[in-house]
Amino acid sequence: MAVTTSRSRTPQRAAAPAAVPHRARPAAPSVIEFRGVEKRYDVGAVGLDQATFSIGRGEWAFLVGSTGSGKSTIMRLLIKELEPTAGTIVVAGRDLAEITHKRVPYYRRNIGVVFQDFKLLPNRTVYDNVAYALQVTGGTRKEIRAKVPDILRLTGLSTKLHNYPDQLSGGEQQRVAIARAFVNHPPLLLADEPTGNLDPETSIGIMQLLYRINRAGTTVLIATHDNAMVDKMRRRVIELSQGRIVRDEATGAYVRDESTREFAVRMRDGLPDTPPTVEQR
Amino acid sequence: MKLGFFTREASRALRRNAAPSFAALATVLLTMLVVGVFIPIVQATTGAANDVRKRVLVDVYLVRGATQPDIARVRAQLLDTVNVKRVEFVSKQEAYQQQRRKDPEAFALLGENPLPDTFRVTPENPDDVLKIASALAPEAAGGGRTPIDRSIDEVRTRRDDTSKILQVTRFVKLMAGTLAVLLIAASIFLIANTIRLSLYARRREVEVMKLVGATDWFIRWPFVIEGVIVGALGTLLAILLLAIGKIAIIDPLASDFSLISAPETMPFTVLIAVMLAAGVAISAIGSGLSLRRFLRV
Repeated sequence: MAVTTSRSRTPQRAAAPAAVPHRARPAAPSVIEFRGVEKRYDVGAVGLDQATFSIGRGEWAFLVGSTGSGKSTIMRLLIKELEPTAGTIVVAGRDLAEITHKRVPYYRRNIGVVFQDFKLLPNRTVYDNVAYALQVTGGTRKEIRAKVPDILRLTGLSTKLHNYPDQLSGGEQQRVAIARAFVNHPPLLLADEPTGNLDPETSIGIMQLLYRINRAGTTVLIATHDNAMVDKMRRRVIELSQGRIVRDEATGAYVRDESTREFAVRMRDGLPDTPPTVEQR
Repeated sequence: MKLGFFTREASRALRRNAAPSFAALATVLLTMLVVGVFIPIVQATTGAANDVRKRVLVDVYLVRGATQPDIARVRAQLLDTVNVKRVEFVSKQEAYQQQRRKDPEAFALLGENPLPDTFRVTPENPDDVLKIASALAPEAAGGGRTPIDRSIDEVRTRRDDTSKILQVTRFVKLMAGTLAVLLIAASIFLIANTIRLSLYARRREVEVMKLVGATDWFIRWPFVIEGVIVGALGTLLAILLLAIGKIAIIDPLASDFSLISAPETMPFTVLIAVMLAAGVAISAIGSGLSLRRFLRV
């Protein structure tokens, strides 16, 4: 279902991005909306303080800030691993406070999540790791057999289907994690420090993959402290410091319709000349 | 399809976590072995205690020269008394024969038969012996006892013996019961703990499953099935060992020892069924419950 909508939307946006009507604020509800959200931990530490922002459909946004500034708190609030102490979080028009504990798994299926430490299931092959995300939603065997090789081809893992996570490089593991997050074609993808453990060249590969997913219509929110990367991307940046939002801006030239290849070229610009095969070690 | 998927998940987990699975299996095997040996012992002990209690009797001695009608009348009265299960008549000749067999020399010295006709009254419940005695010979105001029939000379309960037997057997039964309860509690804790350990090693896996959007029961079922497999395998091995032990050791001895062949021990097939049900249930419920902590993500 999500596949068809995102596919049909892609060319439309490519043709006239600014004119797409539902990008106008009040008409179309944004995918993520934080209203005065506050999170205090039991020990008295402040995770998030009066955070208010919203992210529109199909948008790409960075969350930046030093460690402990509240980036991960926002991510964990969004997957309802934590409950805010005050304020409202609305995701795709639904107030998270109204989702009962029982419905949380069903809610999470609409969100792809990527972590710094990959969080793959160590006892499963690449194929089974991705398939698990479909099995959880009750996907049939036929569906799994059709979708999983597809998404693994998209992420460039076709040759590693039957490897276990500990047999893969960091970049490859992160690709598996992204494949798993995206196999259900969720409307929203969260990435918490997706390149935190990876070298620059591999990071670009991961960002390229996320960019491709974003171009397919998925809203992408990335928490990172890789400032060089953020500067090059020239996308919306929300900066946090000690739980407060201190900056929220869509930086300069907003390059909307770059092809994935152009994107990669621009990202590599200025990087010391590394052969593009580094990742295939 | 769902059950098939969960079973495949469970067997995958068992294969990939061989060491903790084996530990859980060994724990189930050992505790079930101990339980399997202990249940029959408890039963035989309480059975033996009950046997002893059955020998608690009320003796009703008749007056010398009681006639046939007197005997019949007393028998009827005894049968009418509450709590009486069985009344057995021992004539003076029979009593004489019995006693002489025990101590021929002493009875050789006696010229005539000094023993009276006797009724042996078996109570419904051994604890009611004293009640029967006072029903047959109510305590008189002066302190002595007056029997309800003039043909009854005396009613005796062997009071000392009786209360001693009742006390000892009660203690034996209580001890056996306490030990059984303790043992079962220890087994449950041991099995649950081993399962929890093996789950603890996999809590990260559970966390990831929850993040992908798996419902609690979707995660739990494979673990429960895993518990069933481990419990069934462990218990089956324990039963196998017990059967070997029974055939090789107990059966040849059974004819010589009354304790082993005590009538109240449950048959081996029932024991097997109880053990299997308990082993499977404890392991399955144990792993299902232990998982609860890790599901709170």
